[in-house]
Amino acid sequence: MHIGDFKETYSSDQAVFINATSRFWLGVLFAVLFLFPFVAGDYLLFMANLAGITIIGAVGLNILTGFTGLISLGHAAFIGVGGYTAAILSTRFDLPFLLCLPLSGLMAAFFGIIVGGPSLRLKGLYLCIATLAAQLILEFVFVHWESLTGGIRGMNISPPQIFGYVLDNDFKFYFVTLVMVILCVTFARNLFRTRVGRAFIAIRDRDISAELMGINLLQYKTYAFALSSFMAGISGCLWVNFLKTVTPEHFPLMESVRYLAMVIVGGMGSILGSILGAIFMTIVPELISTFLGFLVNIFPTAMSFLFPLQQVIFGLLIVIFLVFEPHGLAEIWRRIKNYFHLWPFEH
Amino acid sequence: MDIFLQLITSGFLVGGIYALIALGFVLIYKATNIINFATGEFMMIGAYIFYSLMVYLKLSPFIGFPIVIICAALLGFLVERLILRHMLGQPNISIIMVTIGLGSILLGLAEIIWGSSFRSFPPLFPRKPIILGEIVLRSNLFYGFLMAMVVVVVFLLLFKYAKVGVAMRATANDQMAAFSMGINVKTMFTISWAFGAIAASLGGIIIGNIGGVQPTLGHIGLKIFPIVILGGLDSIIGAVLGGFIVGIVENLAGGYLDPYFHGGVKDLAPFVVLIFILLIKPHGLFGTKEIERL
Repeated sequence: MHIGDFKETYSSDQAVFINATSRFWLGVLFAVLFLFPFVAGDYLLFMANLAGITIIGAVGLNILTGFTGLISLGHAAFIGVGGYTAAILSTRFDLPFLLCLPLSGLMAAFFGIIVGGPSLRLKGLYLCIATLAAQLILEFVFVHWESLTGGIRGMNISPPQIFGYVLDNDFKFYFVTLVMVILCVTFARNLFRTRVGRAFIAIRDRDISAELMGINLLQYKTYAFALSSFMAGISGCLWVNFLKTVTPEHFPLMESVRYLAMVIVGGMGSILGSILGAIFMTIVPELISTFLGFLVNIFPTAMSFLFPLQQVIFGLLIVIFLVFEPHGLAEIWRRIKNYFHLWPFEH
Repeated sequence: MDIFLQLITSGFLVGGIYALIALGFVLIYKATNIINFATGEFMMIGAYIFYSLMVYLKLSPFIGFPIVIICAALLGFLVERLILRHMLGQPNISIIMVTIGLGSILLGLAEIIWGSSFRSFPPLFPRKPIILGEIVLRSNLFYGFLMAMVVVVVFLLLFKYAKVGVAMRATANDQMAAFSMGINVKTMFTISWAFGAIAASLGGIIIGNIGGVQPTLGHIGLKIFPIVILGGLDSIIGAVLGGFIVGIVENLAGGYLDPYFHGGVKDLAPFVVLIFILLIKPHGLFGTKEIERL
């Protein structure tokens, strides 16, 4: 329990972790995250890797959509660009994993800049549809440029290596994911304490006002697209190296929608929100399938409803969250935290 | 040359049907500023209801159509009242996501109720192909086009002359002014959703009659975006013209380019055209250019 924040300097006001309590809990969290793979089973490790990779993608999208206010329906395609870059670089050119990682990020960022380029002229819904077009065009390229991407069959890659150490199982890969998640989240959290990050927020709140205050809209919107797609690329590279295969089916429009859903369910404009949203959206479908699998044991005919029912629940989740809790999981988390701040002396 | 003419005419006919669906979309957008990502699912639901009425209840199409229209209006009404009314004043992205979520719900429900298998309608129109000179047109397409045009014209007349239509236009133009003139703006929102759903489901029936019904019928809904963006999101004339343009473009691209790319160009071409149009005219061909003030 801690009571009251008394800040005497600007630097303490801007600190990421305001007080000893939050630093303590962060330490606990790191310890838990580090010890987790030693106790968790295969399935949990698999899910944790998946969640970690998704978190990086969701944080990337939140930079663009939640903080800069540019809606993108093409995030999965950027993740795909990163994934394909990683797969091509490692199979054709035998580049090491540690080099592939930033290169896939850069490639995705490059595509992001191309798509984001017109964002100065296109606003709101028009931009949203333009990114939708980008998603569909990239998807088409993934499927049809067979000599490069392997078409529908995709490509298989060998397990990644770091300085000769082969990451051939989920346990070893977990630590790579963990480090990348921590790096990306720290970067994103700090980004919004800098000029660039604050410019993003100003653009989101009102782009014309931001421009009047001396923010070069084109430059900063391009930054936003580049940063967001860079993270998407990193996420894609990890994804491909984790699954050791890449096919166009991994990056459909529905996946972009799922990422948007994470950002919204988590809470727009909140880094913690994207983390919670990504974990939520990774775990909930699994829980639903487990539950439905349980139902199938009792009623064998329920099998055919499995997929559609999942779809209905996914839709319901989005609608219910938006109608009843528009600020998302981050807001729920804040409320819980506040409740315990002064617990048990609430008033 | 024959192939070219053939492609253009059938593209034109398909375009007319797209125009109807896009009209449903623009109706909703104009009045409420909501991008309805569930339009495709509205189409699918309409087509399935019509299919059930025809096949399970063995009703004649003349009874089937009014029932579908009533159901669609009800669906639009419920969606507006139960979900979107709560979203007033929320940011664009939230509203977009709500309609996406809604689409997901409708898609799942349709698959639970009707299954995922492909079904084809009992014949509605005479089977004999229409022959114009050297061009042969599928009868379903031709009559479907005529039907779509009739509905589009009815809607356009409704807007021009009926009291509801004038009120809707007034609401779209300026909500405050409309409100002070005694127009119930909220009712207008509901009516726009009902009209939008009706247009979409009629379009769904026509498309279902040409290509059969299955839950993925709603994917055609994605084509609405190039259409309405081409025409400008808030322009009814733009939606109709955009429908024709997209119909023709996709047919030409499909006819000439598909063999080189192993398929898929047909669905992609409208989006490529869309990007070029947006680069030149960021508000589409007929969209209102927003003037922003601080």
